[in-house]
Amino acid sequence: MTPLGVVRLVARKEVRDALRSRWFQLYAAGFAILALALSRLSLGEATGGGLAGFGRTAASLVNLVLLTVPLMGLTLGAGSLAGERERGTLATLLAQPVTRTEVLVGKYLGLGLALGAALAAGFGLAAVFIALGGGGAAAGAYGLLLGLALLLALAMLALGLVISAAARRTTAATGAALFTWLGLVFLGDLGLMGTALTMRLPVATLLLLAVLNPIEAYRIAAIQAITGSVDVLGPAGAYAARTLGDALMPALAGMLVLWTVVPLSVALLIFNRRSIV
Amino acid sequence: MIRVEGLSVRLGQAQVVDGLDFAVSAGESLALWGQNGAGKTTVIRALLGLVPFSGQVVLAGHQMPGEGRAARAHVGYVPQQLAYYEDMSALGLLRYLAALRAAPHGEPQALLAQVGLADHSAKAVGALSGGMKQRLALAAALLGDPPILLLDEPTASLDAGARSELTALIAGLRAAGKTLLVTTHRLAEVSALADRVLVMEGGRVRASCGAQELEAVLGLPARLHLRASGDMNQAVALLRAEGFTAQVNGRGLQVEAVPGRRAAPVVLLLAAGFAVDDIQIEEGP
Repeated sequence: MTPLGVVRLVARKEVRDALRSRWFQLYAAGFAILALALSRLSLGEATGGGLAGFGRTAASLVNLVLLTVPLMGLTLGAGSLAGERERGTLATLLAQPVTRTEVLVGKYLGLGLALGAALAAGFGLAAVFIALGGGGAAAGAYGLLLGLALLLALAMLALGLVISAAARRTTAATGAALFTWLGLVFLGDLGLMGTALTMRLPVATLLLLAVLNPIEAYRIAAIQAITGSVDVLGPAGAYAARTLGDALMPALAGMLVLWTVVPLSVALLIFNRRSIV
Repeated sequence: MIRVEGLSVRLGQAQVVDGLDFAVSAGESLALWGQNGAGKTTVIRALLGLVPFSGQVVLAGHQMPGEGRAARAHVGYVPQQLAYYEDMSALGLLRYLAALRAAPHGEPQALLAQVGLADHSAKAVGALSGGMKQRLALAAALLGDPPILLLDEPTASLDAGARSELTALIAGLRAAGKTLLVTTHRLAEVSALADRVLVMEGGRVRASCGAQELEAVLGLPARLHLRASGDMNQAVALLRAEGFTAQVNGRGLQVEAVPGRRAAPVVLLLAAGFAVDDIQIEEGP
């Protein structure tokens, strides 16, 4: 079996397991229902429909993604290796003619595909309502939003795998994933605001610190995708638009890719060195 | 086929295996014998690259852990504690593992039939009995027809019937020329499955001997409980005269057994005209 063949087999099994997992079904169904509810609500409140309706629905979806996608990615990733190690199946798998790198990459791709399918389903349902409300003209921006959400999901999944590779038990991995989620979603934001106020940070530093958090990078990129500018962010947004211009979106997407590549490399490093039992 | 030099494994603060050397030639069967905690399972795990180790391990000409992928293609493994995907069917599991090993397409069904599980192929792994799971593990280990089998306490969790069935299956593989490395703490298994034995204690080799000499090498204390008819005091006197430590115990006799000569007291009593109706062997100090 070639390395790519092993990756494909492990990924396929991971997709199958994820789709059968109650947690994943709950996440996916919850995301789809909330996306549907938010889009109906937003379109119902939007007076003009059309692009205005799209803007409201998209903004609601971004807030939903900001909360739920990191949680899904982090916990699914964290449970992956740690769960198999605890059940003993990881040792069975690694006793086969496979490498740890192939197994980890296969697991990552499989979980990534499953997460992507869940996101696409949620976004797809909301898209139906947007199209019915006359917001079909913004299909490109909507697609970009979905792409950014996928990048965020993959980054969080990679971070979850770092936790999973390092943790001894599933409960510890899940706990660490939840703390990381809290830190990134809530504490990071509050900490940055507090630091900015007390230390009177220059706007460039403030922007850099903000986008170092992948969730903030997603938020800014999503605002750019929906409104076409980041003026709503105040001086930091104006500075970003002035200095980066058209490169702002690629830079933010690049930050999310970096948040995927670096954690995945760290996870590989830990996984390749650790005892499996 | 298997070469191990200076193998040491440290897990946390504990030195679990300490400077182990051994080699197993093609078609040979080596048993690692020892009590729980002797380091037998860790040796197997190190050979598979599942735990970090120092020293040299070469499997079928491939150096571990660097050439682990190629080495493991030549190795089938039956773990002590079976851990398979419980929701998969027996056949589904073997097909998945067969794909990873690039084994021929029809092999999973053929192996299920070989281990007597053909009628249970659609059952979920979690629904199989302990004995069936162990046979499934053996089938999984045989996927791709690897020349080396690492068997970690293969009969540990089985009842007597299932144990003798599995031992017979493994003995058949030994006869077919597979190279076996078996860990066990059962004397009967050693004599049925191994050519040579390494006696392990505290992660080191305490003794090395032929499988049939193990009992004598270990010098394990054992007592024979014999239910016999006749004058038991006379029987005790007879046994003592031949150098055995014996005493009357209820309706029968208790005799301290000599390693390698456990049958001798019975033969002696029968020759003297006593009827021996039942025998029980109690091992351990």
